[in-house]
Order: sequence, then C-alpha cells, then structure tokens
Amino acid sequence: MSGDSILSVDRLSMRFGGIVAVNDLSFNAERRKITALIGPNGAGKTTVFNCITGFYKPSSGAIGLTHDDGHAIRLERLDDFRIAKLAKVARTFQNIRLFPGMTALENLMVAQHNALMRASGLTFLGLIGAPSWRTAEQAAIDLATTWLDRIGLLDRADDAAGNLPYGDQRRLEIARAMCTEPALLCLDEPAAGLNARESAALSELLLSIRADQGTSILLIEHDMSVVMEISDHVVVMDHGVKIAEGTPKHIRDDPKVIAAYLGTDEEEAIAVMESGT
Amino acid sequence: MSANPAAQTSRAPSAAFILKKSLISALVALVLFSLMIGVRTEAGPDGQLTYWTRFGDLAAIVAAVFGGSILIELFRQWWGPVDTARIVPAPVQGALSLAGRLIAPVLLAFTFLVPVLFYDERYILDLGILVLTYVMLGWGLNVVVGLAGLLDLGYVAFYAVGAYSYALLATNFGLSFWICLPLAGILAAFWGVLLGFPVLRLRGDYLAIVTLAFGEIIRLVLINWQSLTGGPNGVTGIPRPTLFGIPLTPGDDGLAAMLGIEFSPTHRIVFLFYLILALALLTNWVTIRLRRLPIGRAWEALREDEVACRALGINTTTTKLTAFATGAMFGGFAGAFFATRQGFISPESFTFHESALVLAIVVLGGMGSQLGVALAALAMIGGFELFRGLDQYRMLVFGMAMVLLMIWRPRGLIGHRAPTVFLERKEAISSDLVKEGHG
Amino acid sequence: MDYFAQQLINGLVLGSIYGLIAIGYTMVYGIVGMINFAHGDIFMIGGFIALITFLILISFGLTAIPLILLVMLLVSMAITALYGWTVERIAYRPLRHSFRLAPMLSAIGMSFVLTNYSQVAQGARVKPVPPIITGGHTLHEGADGFVVQLSNIQIIVVVTTVVLLAIFTWLVSSTRLGRDMRACEQDQTMASLLGVDVDRTISMTFVIGAALAAVAGMMYLLYYGLVDFFMGFVAGIKAFTAAVLGGIGSLPGAMLGGLLIGLIETLWSAYFSVEYKDVAAFSILIVVLIFLPTGLLGRPEVEKV
Repeated sequence: MSGDSILSVDRLSMRFGGIVAVNDLSFNAERRKITALIGPNGAGKTTVFNCITGFYKPSSGAIGLTHDDGHAIRLERLDDFRIAKLAKVARTFQNIRLFPGMTALENLMVAQHNALMRASGLTFLGLIGAPSWRTAEQAAIDLATTWLDRIGLLDRADDAAGNLPYGDQRRLEIARAMCTEPALLCLDEPAAGLNARESAALSELLLSIRADQGTSILLIEHDMSVVMEISDHVVVMDHGVKIAEGTPKHIRDDPKVIAAYLGTDEEEAIAVMESGT
Repeated sequence: MSANPAAQTSRAPSAAFILKKSLISALVALVLFSLMIGVRTEAGPDGQLTYWTRFGDLAAIVAAVFGGSILIELFRQWWGPVDTARIVPAPVQGALSLAGRLIAPVLLAFTFLVPVLFYDERYILDLGILVLTYVMLGWGLNVVVGLAGLLDLGYVAFYAVGAYSYALLATNFGLSFWICLPLAGILAAFWGVLLGFPVLRLRGDYLAIVTLAFGEIIRLVLINWQSLTGGPNGVTGIPRPTLFGIPLTPGDDGLAAMLGIEFSPTHRIVFLFYLILALALLTNWVTIRLRRLPIGRAWEALREDEVACRALGINTTTTKLTAFATGAMFGGFAGAFFATRQGFISPESFTFHESALVLAIVVLGGMGSQLGVALAALAMIGGFELFRGLDQYRMLVFGMAMVLLMIWRPRGLIGHRAPTVFLERKEAISSDLVKEGHG
Repeated sequence: MDYFAQQLINGLVLGSIYGLIAIGYTMVYGIVGMINFAHGDIFMIGGFIALITFLILISFGLTAIPLILLVMLLVSMAITALYGWTVERIAYRPLRHSFRLAPMLSAIGMSFVLTNYSQVAQGARVKPVPPIITGGHTLHEGADGFVVQLSNIQIIVVVTTVVLLAIFTWLVSSTRLGRDMRACEQDQTMASLLGVDVDRTISMTFVIGAALAAVAGMMYLLYYGLVDFFMGFVAGIKAFTAAVLGGIGSLPGAMLGGLLIGLIETLWSAYFSVEYKDVAAFSILIVVLIFLPTGLLGRPEVEKV
C-alpha cells in the first residue's frame, strides 16, 4: 500500500449510540486511480463515505487528504461544505440528490457556486453586470455545456432535472460533482438501478474521467461487473470492518469475501467456489 | 358528459344522496351554531352578563347551510368528478402563461398611468399606494420564502424595524427621508442577521415558530419600551418625504411654488405613489438580478436540497443569512416608506396578521414568481377593500377567502418556475417538480 | 419563600391550561405534520360555549355547582369537538397531500375566520362572569403576614388536568384508536394498507385535541372569570411555544412545556415585569431551540444522507 495515495483513512470508527457502524477501518485510495469500496448491505460503506465527506463526524480515527501539490488536509476536522470547498472532495448520493426543480444546466451552474461567487465579487460586481463577471459566467456555462455533452445530455440542458430518466439523473449527478473540479470524486452506488447498457456507459464515463481529468475516484458499488471492470483497487467491508483488499482479481478469489456476501462461513464458501468452478 | 363509468354510476342515486349529505351538513351547522349564534351574551350596564336568544338567525343560517350544500353538491355533479376540474384549467393555464408575457408589461404601464388617470380620485391613489406597499413586501418576503424556502412567520418585524428606524431617526435627529431610507434597510438587514444567525440551523416549523416569536417580541418591545417608542401611542409627527430636499408643501420653498404651479395636496399623494412604485421596482429588479447570480441560484438550490448544496461546497448558513438579510432589507425599506406616508406609526400596525397577509400573498402568488406575487397582492388587498363596507365581516370574509384560495390553488396563481439560465430555450418548469424547502 | 411558593402554585395552574392546549397542537403535528393555527381559536370557542352554557343553566334556576360544572364541561367538549372536526374537514382534508405551506395558510385563514366569527356572533367586548367557584385553603401563613393560598378553583384546574391526562395517556397507549393514531404517525400509507381508516383517525385526532382545548377554555373561564374573542391568539401561540419547547410530537413534552411556560410567565411577572412576561416566554423558546433544536423531550432528528 505504498505509493502515492490521495486519501488515507486511518483507524476510522463511527458509533451511533451503542451501534458500531465502522470499526477501526484503515485503507488508502491512490492518486488517479479508481478505488472501490464493496461489501454486503449494512457493512458500513455509506457511513465511511459520510465520514469522508463530513456529513458525519467520526467517533475516532483520522482521514487525510493530500493534494497533488503535497498540501495535506485533515478531513475529520472540517465541516461538510468546507470539505467540498477546500479539500475538493465531491460526492454523489445513493438516492440521487439533484435539484429537481432546476434545469440540468442550472444544476451544473450551482456546482460552480464558489468559483462564481468569487467572480461575481460576492454578488456586487454581478449586480452591476461588470464585464469580468460576464466573462466568468460564460466560462461557467461553457464548462457546464462540456459536461452535458460528455454525459450525452446536451439536448436536455434546459429540461428540469426532475423530469430526466433515472439513468440520466445518475449521470447528471456525476457531472454536477465534476463541475466542482474535485481532486477526489466519491460515488455512492453510481450503477444502482441502471440497465446493462447504461452500466457500461457509466464505466466508460468513469474511466474517461480518470484518464482526462486525472481525478481520483472512490466508489461504493454493488454491481460487480462495474467494480471488476474499472477499479484498480478494491476494499471489502463487512460489519464495519475491512475483511480484504487488493486488486479486483485478488478479491474475486478471496473466500472471506465470498463468505461475507453469501452469509456463510469460510469453509462453506470454499466449497461453493470449488463446486462452481 | 363523462365517459367514465364510475362517474355515471355515482350520479344515479343523486337526489337521495344529495339530500342526505345536505341534511348532515345542516345538522352539523345546527349544533355548531346552536349556542354561538342562537344565544347572544352581553355584559349589562352593571357588569352583569345577560343573554337573549336569536333562534331566527340560527334557523336562517342552518337553512342557508342546507341550501348551500345542495347547490354545492349539484354543482359538483354537473362539473363531474373532482379530477376533471383539474383538466379544465389546463388550457386556461396555457392561455395564462401566454398572456403572462403580456400581463406584466401591460400591468406595469397601467400602474405608471394610474396617477394620471385617477388624478382626482384620492381613494384610488391611496389604494394604489397600499397595494404597491404590499407588492413590495411580498417581493421582499419572496426572497426568503419563495426562493430560499425558509418559512418566515415574523416578516412584519423587519417592516416594523424599518418604520421605527425612520420615525425615530427623523423625529429625534431630524435626518431626512433619503438618508434614513438606506439606514432603515441596513438596520432591518442587521436585525435579520442577528435573528438569523442562531436560528437558521433550525428546520421547517421550528424556524417558523421562532420567527413568529421574534415578530411578537419586537411588537411587545415596541409597546412596552415607552421612553423610546412612545409605547402603544406610537410615534407621531414623522416628517413627510421631500423631493431630494424640496418639500411638497404650500410654502414658498415648496415644490409647487418653485415650479410655479398651484399647490395641491394631491401632489404629495402622486409623489408617494411614484416613490413606492420606484421602491417596489427596485426590489423586483434586484431580485431578478440576484436570481441569475450565484447567490440567487444557491438560494433556490437550498430550497431544492440542502444536503446536496453542502456536498457541493456551498456554505448553507451564510447563504440562508444573505436571503434572510436581503428580505429583511426590503422589508425595512417598505417600513420606512410606510412611516413617511402615514406620518404616524404605532405597534398596532405590526401584528402577526400583517405577517400572515404578506405570507399569504407570496404563497398565493406561486412561490418564487414575481408576477404572481404582484397579482396576489392586487387580488388580496383590492379584494379586502371591496369588503370595506362590511366592516366587522371583513376579516371573516378575508379568512374564508384564504382558505378557499388555498384549496383552489395550493401552489399559487403562477404554477411554474422560470429557469435562470438556458442554452437554447427558456421553458417554464412545472411547480410539481419544484420543492418548497425544509427550513 | 412564601411569595415564591405562591407564584409556583399560580404558575402550575396556568401551565396546566397551556399544557391542555399544547396537547392538541402536538397531536395534530405528530399525525399530519402541520401547525394547526386555528387551535388557539378552538380553545377560545370552548371558553365561549362554556360561558353560554353556564348562563343558560343559571337562568333555568340551577344552583348545584357540581352539576353546573359537569354540564358545562360536557356541552363545551362536545360542541367544541365538532368545531375541531369541521375545521379539519373543510380546511385541511382537501389539502392533505398538498404542498406543505398550503395547509398552514389555510389554517391561518381558519384562525381568522374563527376569531372574527366569535366577534361577529358574540360581540367584541370582554365577557366577565361572577366567580363560580369560591373559597380555598390557606397552606401557610408567614411571619410577615403573607399567606400562601390554594384556591378551590386552582385545585379543580390541576385535578381536571391530571385526570384528563391520565385518560388521554390510556387512550393513546391502550386503545384501538390510540394504536391507529400511532400507526398513522409513523406511516400513513402503510397504516391504510393495513386497514387503518386514516381519514377517520385524523378526524378523531382533531376531535380529541379540540375537546381538550375546550376543557382548557372552560378552566380559563373559571380561573380568570372572563372570555373574549381575541384570547385564542396569544394563548394559542404560547401553547404552541409550549409544545415546541417540550418537543413537538411528544405528549409528556407538551405537558412539561406547558408547565414551564406557565411557570416562566408567572415568575417573570412576579419578580421582573408584567409587561415583558410574553417576551420572556418567547425568548426562552428561542434559547431552548438554539441549544436543543428538537425541544426538551423531542426525538433527535438524525439527518438522512
């Protein structure tokens, strides 16, 4: 686990009252790589996400993020919006959270809020319509247009986000996260509810984001075809603890992982594997 | 009339069904009104309570309820099932949105001409000023409720702060209206921030009740801090506004004398009319402008989904505060205008009733729609004036109208939202998709 | 110390009245998630009906005070409950699954209707009644001559509140209706799928809330000896404040909040200034909400991400 990691989760624990959702979890996510966090339902994956993105304050442990220029930030000390703003961590949600009454384009404009606030001189320059603001606004529209084009929604730019089909909403949410120009993109089950064709398109999109933007990606996913196809590194959780990690191929053959998914003990899993192959 | 078989069958037992339903309504009415209407109490001259019966009135009301429910039921059956009622207004709504583009300029042009057309009708001018004041208040509150989705039940507090700021600064320090106007706005915004800072992390109805409490606190302080505010007697002798220093008085230095025309008290009314029109249009212009700026878009995003906003790095606390302060500032401007127009203010003008009225204007207008708010203010205030002659029945009718209007159009008159930025076509978004906010 | 004890008694009595009204707010909020702004006016109507019933009974020559009180209570509860039912049926049910602000404004409108209906029907002047229940007990006589009094009416208010609270707790915890109410509170769709008549349950919630408000209205009449058409507004806001203070949706919370508001108001009036007693109550509401955003006994809201 050496190498250049952008995110390092160190002995993270999260307790809700008496329930331990995440227990002493440590893993790293490497720069410009796709790291997948998998595990059965209730394993604590989304809780980890919420800790990383600041929606929960971890009970203990440290979450460090290192930017390309070597600037290191302790995420567990920041508020949620500051993590997105300063640490440049963007996220999507398991149950899509777009702004349904705003158009696809507006959704992507809201994502550029902080950059645009500066450009509008905290609103005052914008109010008088200063030329510098107009240029910045046009640039923001251009960036949004580029992303709409990449996710194939350019012709629906002016439609309300809430009117888009499910698969389009998923892609729009990713594009919205990318419009914040993040260093780390956290995706919570991006392939959930997608059909095979849409899943394939999603894989392609994520690979192109890694290749073109150089964004590091951390994703939670249940769709193993997506995980196996695109991830560079897989971390497996069950009952709040890490039970395995490694390359997709390595994980696929790990009896502990299979046992966790099948809910059986290890010997049985090995038997299943052997009989299956 | 309807192809729906269910609708056909439901019509069959109509006569008996209607009669039964109306009888039940009449019976309910009889019990409800038996003591409240059938018996009238009053304290006699010696303080002793007496009562007398009004069975005639009671019978009349119960009969009216009976007849009324028969009519309503007949109307419902003629109209068809409730669902078709929604289909009918669809083309109407289409026509409305088409006319909507025309309504705004026509309305604006007409408003500009009101003082010319009705120069001799003081009553209409006064009513116009009143309507415009509420249009401005509605537009101000619209920033908070309609755009940012924060439920504010104490908006009148900022109106009061603005009014008292001008009144006290002008009467105590002799500052002119044009200096006090921005000050009143700033002070109101300051109070908005002061209240907003601790409470804006509350959600939904908690925020509503805290703002309501704040409005009441301000009113109670105005009543009780007699040395500063004059208590229930209020502040009198508030200076009238000047045209940038030129008073609108009959004297030699007055505007009429300077222009060489004959003085008329109507000049001041006309001046006040254009003053509030200018202030309202300023509010409108700023709001429309802000909507297209990142801050305005963040307000609307906040209304749609606060969690997503935070995930995008938007500081929701400051965003809410700016919405609160902006709305409060406009309320403060309107308050200063109110004070200079009336020449006298007292806490009685700043009751919860005012907050409810302005909120009703915003919600009835269709949350976030500038035109809708203007139309709703016209309808509510104008309609309220129609019942002036009815005196004590006025508020009763007003309350009923509020209930009926909400049932008729829960999402307001203008049921769609205009996007703030577009690539190719600007298409209104149905309000069914637009969220109403949680705070 | 004696003075304080006396204020404590007064505060608890006032708090009982607020608590009874607050229960209506909290129940409705729990089940349909809306602030029933008209509830304060329902309380006022309850007071009026008790007053009118009293006048009629007296004019018929009835003199047995316990009987008069019983009839007043029953008539007032019955008719006011019907008011609660009607308000829900007319103003809220058509907006059940609508936009959140629509029922709130409809409720504000209904509150205006009820206030002004009373004014039109019964006149704007305050209606005083001679003291119906007199007498009391001296609890303690201080050396300085200050007497701590517990009047009979105070005993009646507190005992009635406690009895009603007990009946009510039993109703919610052990009857079919109570179970249906709790089910609707959790998930209306699921409840209706499982055979709960949601409309009827919600109607009953309003009926019970209004009946309790009627009791509060009657207690107010007996305790203060007057009613007027505007009393619902301030009492309503304070009772709602009490419900929020206690944690809205929680029944013991409503009672606790009511008692606290009653105590704060009474003690503030006794030791500081009568003029600012409402300011004190509202300020404490704001302060409590800032530090305990879900009230004293409310369930903390876990933000779902």
